Amino acid sequence: MSFLDYAPAPESQAVLNLRPDYGLFINGDFVAGRGVPFQTINPATEKPIAMIAHANTADVDTAVAAARRAYDRTWSKLSGSDRGKYLFRIARLVQERARELAVAETLDNGKPIKESRDVDVPLVAAWFFYYAGWADKLDHAGVGPTPSSRGVAAQVIPWNFPLLMLAWKIAPALAAGNTVVLKPAETTSLTALLFAEILQQADLPAGVVNIVTGGRETGQALVGHPDVNLVAFTGSTGAGRAIARSVAGTDKKVILELGGKAANIVFDDAPIDQAVEGIVNGIFFNQGHVCCAGSRLLVQESIHDDVIDRLKQRLSTLRLGDPLDKNTDIGAINSADQLQRIRELTDIGEQEGGERWSPACVLPDSGFWFAPTIFTNVSTSHRIARDEVFGPVLSVLTFRTPAEAIAKANNTPYGLSAGIWTEKGSRILAVADKLRAGVIWANTFNRFDPASPFGGYKESGYGREGGRHGLAAYLKPAAGGSAARTVAAPADASPELDAKAPVSRKKAAK
Amino acid sequence: MTRLAVPKTYKLYIGGKFPRSESGRVYEIRSHGGDFLANAAEASRKDARDAVVAARSALGGWAGATAYNRGQVLYRIAELLEGRRVQFIDEIVQTEGVTPSAASAQVDEAIDRWVWYAGWADKYMQVAGNANPVSGPYFNISVPEPTGVVAIIAPQSGGSLLGLVSAVAPALVSGNTVVVVANETMPLSAVSLGEVLATSDVPGGVVNILTGSPAEMAPWLASHADVNAIDLVGAGDLDWVHLQIDAAETLTRVLQPENGPDAASPSLARIVAFTETKTIWHTKGLI
Repeated sequence: MSFLDYAPAPESQAVLNLRPDYGLFINGDFVAGRGVPFQTINPATEKPIAMIAHANTADVDTAVAAARRAYDRTWSKLSGSDRGKYLFRIARLVQERARELAVAETLDNGKPIKESRDVDVPLVAAWFFYYAGWADKLDHAGVGPTPSSRGVAAQVIPWNFPLLMLAWKIAPALAAGNTVVLKPAETTSLTALLFAEILQQADLPAGVVNIVTGGRETGQALVGHPDVNLVAFTGSTGAGRAIARSVAGTDKKVILELGGKAANIVFDDAPIDQAVEGIVNGIFFNQGHVCCAGSRLLVQESIHDDVIDRLKQRLSTLRLGDPLDKNTDIGAINSADQLQRIRELTDIGEQEGGERWSPACVLPDSGFWFAPTIFTNVSTSHRIARDEVFGPVLSVLTFRTPAEAIAKANNTPYGLSAGIWTEKGSRILAVADKLRAGVIWANTFNRFDPASPFGGYKESGYGREGGRHGLAAYLKPAAGGSAARTVAAPADASPELDAKAPVSRKKAAK
Repeated sequence: MTRLAVPKTYKLYIGGKFPRSESGRVYEIRSHGGDFLANAAEASRKDARDAVVAARSALGGWAGATAYNRGQVLYRIAELLEGRRVQFIDEIVQTEGVTPSAASAQVDEAIDRWVWYAGWADKYMQVAGNANPVSGPYFNISVPEPTGVVAIIAPQSGGSLLGLVSAVAPALVSGNTVVVVANETMPLSAVSLGEVLATSDVPGGVVNILTGSPAEMAPWLASHADVNAIDLVGAGDLDWVHLQIDAAETLTRVLQPENGPDAASPSLARIVAFTETKTIWHTKGLI
């Protein structure tokens, strides 16, 4: 046992009280789905956890009808302060049951317990707490006085941050006065269903939040349902594109948080030790299953070798294994499908001439695992420099001048996030101005906060989540406000829509 | 003895120049009373693509100009429009068949609209952006930035000058560059506006004006991968749902058609609709 080996320190599962099977959560109750139930498994062991109901089109109809009824009869009539109080209750209940939620999340998703415990679940509580306070202050959300809610929100979330993405979606929707039908990802429904139990404990009026589990077709039925007023989706750019097509011609408001291929730019004057930590956090956090992951390292040529040496050294100290172990840094890949995709893209990376490196690393026999991997000698045309791998795989490119770094960073159809590492403040500001990305981290990476808007440029989607901007997306300006009719455009920041030009002296001829 | 007038050749406005359509096509513009007025250039798919290239090349300079500078340039458009009001009134009377006083009112409103939007250039960021109180040692700020190249189908009914100005001006405020398809049957004031822009310190390529068939050009603009947003304000009579579907291919931002006299009415929302919010986290050091 070397000094780097730790004795196992698994988090106890005794805190969990899971049922063998879960129904859909519709109108305040768990009900059976009409589709064929499916198993959710622990990706670290491939052992079954529970059976999950499968919502078919009829179930989606029922859920949307329940949300509509709750909107018309209850939620839209409630005062903002009462809506806020429900959200504060939910935030507190999440905090109370934080350990249980973290263990369940790690079990179902495969992410290390230290991340679900210290990042995901605390942020979930923070998200509800933040938006709870907005519920009775909507006049200040930036869409003019007395804005209204939009109605029923259809929300479809991915598997990488199951509970956190749920919070990003549900908290602002409810604060703004909408009701919700949410579909969790097929492989990670468990914590959404535990969250449904929390809603019961909070005594949230029936139908305000409905959770329908199932596969892709369940999501399609929900998004395409004629009686939803807003569609919020986080997932792949391909699926986002399909949603954008399917809502064309309707007046559904759309928020899309899609893929990314973020550049993490390290200049020669960067604080190297911090930068190396930031690079590791940027791409190996959550096994790289992060849409804003810093998957392209752009390092200035003069420090390339030094940075790569230190990076390799640091990677050799990462511990991969049992996600429930408190010492684990790299957990399991969420599904066999995702593992397959990562393998394919990394194989292509090798074929195209990238130099592949992984630390010596024993992968467990069962479950889905992929060792942290670095590709050096990558050029901009390589697939691993262009495609979103969504796994623990870093592509390293070099640059000589800031202008080259910016050009390479922007050379992607995505535009979700970027990182800048330099000790020079003026350089941070200048480079941040030039990067076409919605979130930029300067001398840090992968920071999230409910007060901070998040979302992408270009093919990374439109709309923002988080902060005042994230709230505005769920609100409609008061009638008479001269809002541009933006259905598929990021008008969420639209402040004071009543700011109108004075009518000129004479009426224009029509 | 009456002097024989010298009529103007109405051409496109692309990249700061006034080319004819590369296709060599023109179409007749007739007055409200049916008299021949001009042969306007009938822009082709290639012209539309050239216009997108021009708009893309102009983006860095325009978006990178200071907000104060952009505001002054937009204000200068109003100044020059004011100076050429007689010409615009004349063209509007001829093409729209309205009274001179109604035409005059339309030109007034178009001028005032430039002034109103000019004033927003160095203010909208303060209203649409904000500092965010995140839980940690970070300075966190959200600022709006221009979306990029914006294609616009100008209103096809109502005042031909005012409709165009109402759609183009808000997109320019934040620093976007524009490719606009003018009112098909009444494009004269659009071409003349191009002449105003060319002499107003608006850099070439920032606004590109196409005359011709919106039905022909819109699909190419909607599906063009280098167009970041498309304003379908005047596309109500086209198969605009299909245009929105085309735009989805590259997640192009879409504004749906508006009808009636309030189409593209002036609002801060129209400025913000063509922006992207960028959020920057700056680490704070420990002291």
